[in-house]
Amino acid sequence: MNRKSNTFSKFANDANVRGVFFQVVLIAVLVFSFFWLTDNTLTNLSNQGKSLGFAFLSSTAGFQISQTFGTWLFDYKVGTSTYLDVYFIGIANTLLVAILGIVAATVIGFTLGIMRLSKNIVFRAFATTYIEMLRNIPILLQLFFWYFAVLRALPGKREKLEIIPDLIGVNITGLYLPAPLPQEGFVYSVIAFALAILITFGVSRYAKRVQAQTGKITPVFLIGTALIIVIPLITFLATNSPLDWNLPEFKDTGPMLRRGYQAGSGMILVPELIAVWLALSLYTAAFIAEIVRAGILAVSKGQTEAASALGIRPNFTLRLVVIPQAMRVIIPPLTSQYLNITKNSSLAVAIAYPELVSVFAGTALNQVGKEIEMIFMMMMVYLTVSLITAAFMNWYNSRVKLVER
Amino acid sequence: MVKTSVARKKNKKTSSDQTIVVSMEHVNKWFGQFHVLRDINLRVVKGERIVICGPSGSGKSTLIRCLNRLEKHQDGDINVHGIELNNDVKNIDEIRREVGMVFQHFNLFPHLSILENCMLAPIWVRKTPRAEAEEIAMHFLTRVKIPEQALKYPGQLSGGQQQRVAIARALCMQPQLMLFDEPTSALDPEMIKEVLDTMVELAEDGMTMICVTHEMGFARKVADRVIFMDEGQIIEQNEPEAFFNNPQSDRTKLFLSQILGH
Repeated sequence: MNRKSNTFSKFANDANVRGVFFQVVLIAVLVFSFFWLTDNTLTNLSNQGKSLGFAFLSSTAGFQISQTFGTWLFDYKVGTSTYLDVYFIGIANTLLVAILGIVAATVIGFTLGIMRLSKNIVFRAFATTYIEMLRNIPILLQLFFWYFAVLRALPGKREKLEIIPDLIGVNITGLYLPAPLPQEGFVYSVIAFALAILITFGVSRYAKRVQAQTGKITPVFLIGTALIIVIPLITFLATNSPLDWNLPEFKDTGPMLRRGYQAGSGMILVPELIAVWLALSLYTAAFIAEIVRAGILAVSKGQTEAASALGIRPNFTLRLVVIPQAMRVIIPPLTSQYLNITKNSSLAVAIAYPELVSVFAGTALNQVGKEIEMIFMMMMVYLTVSLITAAFMNWYNSRVKLVER
Repeated sequence: MVKTSVARKKNKKTSSDQTIVVSMEHVNKWFGQFHVLRDINLRVVKGERIVICGPSGSGKSTLIRCLNRLEKHQDGDINVHGIELNNDVKNIDEIRREVGMVFQHFNLFPHLSILENCMLAPIWVRKTPRAEAEEIAMHFLTRVKIPEQALKYPGQLSGGQQQRVAIARALCMQPQLMLFDEPTSALDPEMIKEVLDTMVELAEDGMTMICVTHEMGFARKVADRVIFMDEGQIIEQNEPEAFFNNPQSDRTKLFLSQILGH
């Protein structure tokens, strides 16, 4: 008896046996849960007289979507466009606001982060106040603030606030800008632009070779900037400036109901987009600023001193010593902030900016009722975008990370 | 002057020209209210090896850090290699090119390989072609006896090896003067010797050196002059024999008894 229980306890206390046992239990639980969920869902669906399937995607969507980047890109027309079009419009608008948000948040965040380390007390105080206020107020509230408190205070539909007379103006319906209308031959300017970028790459490689061979340092950044501006500009002028502008047209005479900015003139940024963009980028910038500050502080003072002692000038020290080391600290948390912007863009549903969740989980889902398929499709979008972002950032991180023993 | 070590005799011959490499006149410095350097006067001629010692907080590190503007002195004149050290950025750059420095914590660039650490300044400051910079780097890495580590990264080396790389990195700029700021204080005891050996060899080659260190054996063996500092002042300076055997001031005696007492 005693011996037997000893063999058993020896067996039960074996780390390997325990490991296998818990793995088997976990897998069994997972398989059962999955089976149970699927079965439950299918039963409930058949009880409600519904079935699974994606056939709804090809039926026409009969609702209006406010004029945005997505509707322009996929040429949305009520009565002809399908739910699949709605899906893509949602994705396009989500990506637009995510990309705009990431760019703006990065620029503002890096500026604030550096300002917070400045010796100038005004800069430092401003950055600190900004960061502490913005990151400690919920983003949804900030979104409402921009949309309802700030943008609602703009002039009404029949009036305007001119930023540049006749070119750029704003009222409660949105920000009106001149729309570029490329004419025949504009493509050459685009080609010239692409070419200038390629040439700049060439110049940078050539400059590296020259430096390796003769030691001479070429100001690649200046030359590149000049090339990228000058080459397309010359092409543009040489091809007779093939670009027209569709100016926003504003009427303040005539029938009362026709007054205001005229439909189809100029380019419009709807206030919803501006509000989401402002809220997302200003909020996330506060976090990015802290990340940047931490990254720069993580590079010890000794590094800068060693570089100075070698006679390396401050601008080169920053470029060759500080930034490469700060980046390895900055990149991983920066990735999460980029993912947060993408995911937080779904908050735009609160002010009806037609991004994915708003159009697809809102209006379209209400009409079609295919909850499982539609939610699944949306989850896949966020998952895909986030995984691609993360993969790119991880690739970049692996390039800058340090070799330890 | 009684010289005991071979190194010193050799040096005196080559440096008979007495070119002044460093001159400090009435230098004062404050950190806020704290008076770190009080009326420092110091001349160092070419080929001379100076060891500065003193209790912590006596201003010895600050003194050598003033020589390449890692710290700014507020009063007095500093001349390095004939260039006046003032607010002129050009002068500061010129001085830094001619003055190498080795730190207590090595301060190697962890994101660059050993070879790249040594090539960075020659390439970006002296504008040396890459192949030549690599040659110089390998030359000095061989001299500090770690050419085989050239492609590794600082994190993969021991403390002693890292400090030798730091010396090689400074030498790659082919400086006229080397400053050592407690180069062995952060090292494990068994690694101190390899770094000191490297420094002794450097001294034998006639390099002008100012070393802040507590290695009294090194001071005896290599130094032409030992300087004792306390509370921001130069209390006493003398040749090592006289300094160790017959210290003049009470503070020096106390310091020596504490540091050599065990």
